[in-house]
Amino acid sequence: MLSFTIRRLIIMIPTLLLISLVIFLLLELAPGDPMAQIPLTVPPEVKQQMRLALGLGEPMHIRYWKWIVQFFWLEPQVLIDYYFGSSFSEGKLRVISWQTRGPVMDLVVQRLPQTVWVVGMSYIVGVVIALPIGIYSAYKQYSIFDQTGTFISMIGYSVPPFFSGVLVIVIFSVTLGWFPSIYDTTLVVDSWDNFVLQLKQMIMPVMVLALQTTAQLSRFMRASMLDNLNQDYVRTARAKGLGESVVVMVHVLRNSMIPVVTVIALGVPSVFGGAIITEQVFRVNGIGQLLITAIQATDLPLVQTLTFMFAILIVIFNLIADVLYGILDPRIRYD
Amino acid sequence: MTNIPSDNLIKKPRSRWFDVWDQFKSHKGALVGGVFFVFIIMAVYLIPLFWPHDATYIDIRSRNQGVSLWHPFGTDQLGRDTFARMMQGGQTSIAVGLTAMALSLFLGTFVGVMAGFFNKLDNVLMRLTDLFLALPLLPLLLLMMLLFRDPLNAAFGPEKGIFILIVLAIGITSWMPTARIVRGDILAIKEREFVLAARSIGTKNSKLISRHILPNVVSPIMVSATLGIANAIITESALSFLGLGFPPDFPTWGRLLYDATDYLTMYPERVFWPGFAISLTVLSVNYLGDGLRDALDPRIRGR
Repeated sequence: MLSFTIRRLIIMIPTLLLISLVIFLLLELAPGDPMAQIPLTVPPEVKQQMRLALGLGEPMHIRYWKWIVQFFWLEPQVLIDYYFGSSFSEGKLRVISWQTRGPVMDLVVQRLPQTVWVVGMSYIVGVVIALPIGIYSAYKQYSIFDQTGTFISMIGYSVPPFFSGVLVIVIFSVTLGWFPSIYDTTLVVDSWDNFVLQLKQMIMPVMVLALQTTAQLSRFMRASMLDNLNQDYVRTARAKGLGESVVVMVHVLRNSMIPVVTVIALGVPSVFGGAIITEQVFRVNGIGQLLITAIQATDLPLVQTLTFMFAILIVIFNLIADVLYGILDPRIRYD
Repeated sequence: MTNIPSDNLIKKPRSRWFDVWDQFKSHKGALVGGVFFVFIIMAVYLIPLFWPHDATYIDIRSRNQGVSLWHPFGTDQLGRDTFARMMQGGQTSIAVGLTAMALSLFLGTFVGVMAGFFNKLDNVLMRLTDLFLALPLLPLLLLMMLLFRDPLNAAFGPEKGIFILIVLAIGITSWMPTARIVRGDILAIKEREFVLAARSIGTKNSKLISRHILPNVVSPIMVSATLGIANAIITESALSFLGLGFPPDFPTWGRLLYDATDYLTMYPERVFWPGFAISLTVLSVNYLGDGLRDALDPRIRGR
């Protein structure tokens, strides 16, 4: 298992390099000039200097190499400096955003907590709701509960977050006035009242994102339980005289959780992706919103870095899912 | 020796598609979904032919009207008839959905067949599929919208250009699941005896694929087609909702929803029409796909 993990870790490097190349080339080969908005009265030599200042002067491969070095070598140094007060990265050029003229990573670090809070909470809530629903609807297959669960998860699949989000805003903040429709990130949780406020503003985005997670996971949990409920070992367990709760909740559940756990791991990056839309609906100023504003302002270094960070998330969680599968299921060992 | 009437013994031969239809009929949700989807397509394309209002006609004096007989869905802030705009938006959304699905299906089937049938290509093509699956799709779609919008608009005009761009972008980023499923099925099918028999009488590879192998993978392709329509409609609406889709004067369901969110507190009903249209269409297509999957799976059929 260890050797498999190490092998997968090594394969990650060329995969990530390839993905970064794809993103870089997409930005590079696209027609359009970032200097197109500059007035024609600006003399060409000044324009040339502006190009150099934006880091556009050198040939393509050198810029790619520079970006990779900045991302994988320089930024970790900045992180180490930040935590240990050392000075590895002093005086070196980091990836600079064209909008703020500040380092891209600082922006990301500012925005990350909001996204992680909302997305993480919604994912946990989604998982906690989905698993019992999946278990029970598999146990009572074709019952009313199961049919209703199927219908609700179909709705969860079909109603896009930009509609369910707007819908809950209309219902709970316009009509009923229970929750604020705009997420206030300046709120500091230091007292009970502020905690209640924080809870109130988190409920709607979390519910919208959790609906998607629940829809997919409960279906998957149900299918996985159904696969196991008819196995011979279940009959054996019942024949031994074990109680129904022990049979289902211990024997069947443990075996059904193997694929479900990997699906939970695989779903994390897509929830981050879906958060782009949810953040836009609820005005959460997280990573997704940063990406949208960067795209609207043609801030290419920021867009490039953010897209690549999403890709890193996907690759890492794919690895986690693979390794978890091997650890949980001794029949699947890759060596 | 008893005399049994012979027509009792030999039933009329039934083709496979009869069995499929029988199973499909027994899935109520799928039937309703299919009928509803056809209904939406018909409504969206036929009603504008005799509808008295034009989707782009601005009548500023009758702006922001509520539901009435003359304007069943009301009018927007410029006095345009919302119902007419919904129909026109539906035409675009469904056209994008169907075209993008066709493209993604074509790409997916092509890659899947190539990878499954030719052992030499298998490794390369599947690594390519894995790479595409590891790409962050929504950010990339947004990026493509940003980068290629202006040149395509210049080349084909603002509406056709963005249509081509959206269809291409969705098609390129959604073919991977189809490719994987098709490849898996073809790996199993190409080892079967009838393929060997066909090869032994000298059938060329191209004919082998088109005549003997493709008909056997039609069912998974049809199921991913329905899922592809749903995915394409949602993606297009998401792009329009984020302000990176069609231009404002060119309605699609996502764009109408996006425009309506500005008037959320005053006219919340405006959000409902496009939102329900998207959700119901996708729901019906998903049910259709669910029923098709059951109907086309020989293990479930006949039970």
